[in-house]
Amino acid sequence: MANSETLARLEKIISEYKDDLEPGTLTPETTFESLDFDSLDIVDMMMACEDEFGVEIPEDAQLKTVQDLLNLIDKTEE
Amino acid sequence: MSFTILGTGSALPAKTVTNDDMAKLVETSDEWIRTRTGIRERHVITDESVTEITFTAAQRALEMSGVSPQELDYIICPTVGGDWISPSLACMIQERLGATCPAVDVNAACSGFLYGLDYADGIFARKRAKYVLVAAAEGLSRLLNWKDRSTCVLFGDGAGAAVLGEGDSLRYLHLTAKGSLALHVPHAPGESPFETNEQPPHGLVMDGREIYRFAVSTITAELRRASEETGIPFEKVDHVLLHQANQRIMDAASKKLHLPPEKVPSSIARTANTSAASVPILLDQEARLGHLHRGDILMLCAFGAGLTSGTAVLEWTRD
Ligand SMILES: CC(C)(COP(=O)(O)OP(=O)(O)OC[C@H]1O[C@@H](n2cnc3c(N)ncnc32)[C@H](O)[C@@H]1OP(=O)(O)O)[C@@H](O)C(=O)NCCC(=O)NCCS
Repeated sequence: MANSETLARLEKIISEYKDDLEPGTLTPETTFESLDFDSLDIVDMMMACEDEFGVEIPEDAQLKTVQDLLNLIDKTEE
Repeated sequence: MSFTILGTGSALPAKTVTNDDMAKLVETSDEWIRTRTGIRERHVITDESVTEITFTAAQRALEMSGVSPQELDYIICPTVGGDWISPSLACMIQERLGATCPAVDVNAACSGFLYGLDYADGIFARKRAKYVLVAAAEGLSRLLNWKDRSTCVLFGDGAGAAVLGEGDSLRYLHLTAKGSLALHVPHAPGESPFETNEQPPHGLVMDGREIYRFAVSTITAELRRASEETGIPFEKVDHVLLHQANQRIMDAASKKLHLPPEKVPSSIARTANTSAASVPILLDQEARLGHLHRGDILMLCAFGAGLTSGTAVLEWTRD
């Protein structure tokens, strides 16, 4: 289960890339497509998450939703 | 004693190929290329030679510096390959210029100009030279796989040169290398009746995702290191000239370092990635636009195949 603290930290990272993201609107079900992320935005965000959470996200990770990212952060943080 | 930059010059082949032109060759679009890379067009060699464009860039740099070819003590050409495997591009330039000094090529791919500056720094430190020409050039259009849309849209041809004279403008220079085939160009197949090794297909091969991450993290780490080692905070840096590989790489690194876009000039829209030539082409663009002033602090950072990187901090000493 993704905890809300991780989600809040993630929202902060994402809002740095997308100015129009309303605070509190990011959910695990949010898709990166709906955030208008292209493949390089996703790479930028993966790198930002690696810095923020001290985890390593595999280069070929297929991320469709915020939950996909939370799973990877939780898995490697353990 | 190290060096100062006395003059710069650059040259691009005459033919421009727009993104729409590229869409006639491979399945791509102006929209994809522009939004993923910032590239709008690239210059490619038709009937020019790499030697010719390098010669033109070198002549322009010599003209700006007021140094004559006969006064040069060394010619260094950063390139992955001139017109010949041998002789070197540098020897061809020496001949065209009518210079008489030693001449050698340096291959560090896109980081070549910074590697060239490091060699030059050593030559000045040994007091072997008053003037050194570093003329970087690339004819990458010859080395691409023109059927691979994920790479052929990214590169262009060009040359950029700097004439260096004795001085103390160089504050910092740091090179890295980490052997990897993540970005590579195979050799042209030979005709030896004995060789049994499998010959790779023609053309540049790249793991775009890995190179993207390498680029962003290298720029970020190397510029931070440069700032720490020189004691010059980013607020005191006037211009950050990055290797022109992808606008998105520059934007992502600038964001991490909180560098305002006006400090990070770009030429990628019209040149695409010209490998070793990219930093000196950008430097020449900025110099000729009058953006560089005496006393300005410049940070240069390039990265590329190898994997290599090079980072320099220097003071601009021209008016
Ligand atoms: C090349 C680069 C722009 C590609 O971006 P990316 O997000 O990694 O793109 P991908 O390779 O994952 O491809 C994304 C999609 O676009 C497609 N695509 C690739 N090139 C394309 C092109 N020119 N036109 C249209 N679509 C293209 C891919 O086929 C892929 O489609 P799919 O999702 O249906 O499979 C990026 O990786 C990059 O800039 N890397 C660094 C390259 C570099 O600077 N090299 C030189 C360093 S010196």
